[in-house]
Amino acid sequence: MNYLVSLPRRIVTVYVPLAGFLVVLLFPFYWMIVTTFKPNEELLSREGNPFWVKNPTLAHIKKLLFDTAYPDWLWNTVLVSVTATFISLFASVLAAYAIERLRFRSSRYVGMSIFLAYLVPPSILFIPLAAVIYKLELFDSRLALILTYPTFLIPFATWLLMGYFKSIPIELEECALIDGASRLQILVKIILPLAVPGLISAGIFAFTLSWNEFIYALTFVSSSEVKTVPVGVVTELVEGDVYHWGSLMAGALFGSLPVAVLYSFFVEYYVSGLTGAVKE
Amino acid sequence: MLPAAALLLLFLTYPLGLGTYLGFTDAKIGRAGQWVGLENFEFLAGDAVTQLALFNTLFYTLVASVIKFVLGLWLALLLNKHIPFKAAMRAVVLLPFIVPTALSAIAFWWIYDSQFSIISWTLVKLGIIHEYIDFLGQPWHARFSVIAANIWRGVPFVAITLLAGLQTISPSYYEAASLDGASPWQQFRYVTLPLLTPIIAVVMTFSVLMTFTDFQLIYVITRGGPLNSTHLMATLSFQRAISGGSLGEGAAIATAMVPFLLAVILLSYFGLQRRAWQQGGADK
Repeated sequence: MNYLVSLPRRIVTVYVPLAGFLVVLLFPFYWMIVTTFKPNEELLSREGNPFWVKNPTLAHIKKLLFDTAYPDWLWNTVLVSVTATFISLFASVLAAYAIERLRFRSSRYVGMSIFLAYLVPPSILFIPLAAVIYKLELFDSRLALILTYPTFLIPFATWLLMGYFKSIPIELEECALIDGASRLQILVKIILPLAVPGLISAGIFAFTLSWNEFIYALTFVSSSEVKTVPVGVVTELVEGDVYHWGSLMAGALFGSLPVAVLYSFFVEYYVSGLTGAVKE
Repeated sequence: MLPAAALLLLFLTYPLGLGTYLGFTDAKIGRAGQWVGLENFEFLAGDAVTQLALFNTLFYTLVASVIKFVLGLWLALLLNKHIPFKAAMRAVVLLPFIVPTALSAIAFWWIYDSQFSIISWTLVKLGIIHEYIDFLGQPWHARFSVIAANIWRGVPFVAITLLAGLQTISPSYYEAASLDGASPWQQFRYVTLPLLTPIIAVVMTFSVLMTFTDFQLIYVITRGGPLNSTHLMATLSFQRAISGGSLGEGAAIATAMVPFLLAVILLSYFGLQRRAWQQGGADK
């Protein structure tokens, strides 16, 4: 019934608030970019217009890439995120299929407990997990992160995939069973091809979750060469009282860009993952 | 099934139990602890910093969640209208939620800088204030600053998930309502809100859980300071357990969060059940 609302009214009730939201939500990113390219004299001056860069410089980026361990952190983050995502997806596919289709007793309760596991926040788990990591002698290794990230990825991915598997008609599987396919063949040849969108959603979501993970990486790793980007930027680039805002912002920018770019390619999948994960 | 079960048992259920157990011991890093019963909890209950952290956590969660809900619902309603570039806008809105929180928190840290804050600069130039605001130096300023950062991060999540809920409401309800002469406010109050309640409950449960256990924003922006005025339970337990080395004490703080979380989950779960029953759903 939009035609009933006049244009001036629409501008005031819809466009102005919307523009306000967008400006506030995007400003920190704009600020990151501006700060990245600003020379120090402009950064530390109250004169002139701070919203724009007069003499853009690449010095901060150069410092970040060549004088710090930033490339290492980037590589670690990629490695850990990708491995953890694949392990979690593999385990989740099997778990979700078993819960949804193998009619074993109490499968409903297992499903519920998966959901509850998904609600357990990392900030409760990091202390005991740290104790486990020490005991397994994995402290300060990439493996510590690769093994702990699935604790929050698997419940989430399983929950999401259960929803997808549920939507696949069971008749397809019955046909395959009659044709003599084994459970594994059904899973690989029938279910998985049909669940590709779900797999992509879960994968993208899991990847961004592990890329953004902070508290485990902060707790389980202490040497610079195994740190991930968020932890590295926060702990290593902040030195004493003099803050190198330029390179800090450059680090934040380059740490955010990969997920932002990936996300922009798969927006629909990401949103369906987000909303699917919240659905009861 | 097996790989998931093994990983979850080893790295989720076991630590959860271990965490609770550690809360009752005096374990230190690298040394297994003795069972000390309720000693940790007794100490923490009388500890001024812990009391302050509990207050901060409740305050932070309450204020941030209410504002996130109001702004998120508003944004969702705006995005649900016919507007140009709808898909692009929806994509852009989610950006704060998907980039690493620790990194956007650094941006906020810089925005809140006491000498070069862009907010202060703008306000001074506009003539609204005359001195730069010390955002992170004063307890209450710092509290509201981190709450603002939390809201910035959380609104997109609330908005996008509520938007998904809004899109499932059939337009014919609105047609019927407007034929009956309902004003836009009445349409919102008697059509949108009741139909949206289940998803609101779920989204807000998630939002409250995430806010209550927040760690990254505080750790990066203030590290709990000034004078512990922004310490949350999660940051305090990190400080005591990892930086301070008293695993047992930290674990006790973390364990103390569990009852609150359970209360929130149960509240929303039973709220939903009751609603379903009122609307003629079967007893479960």
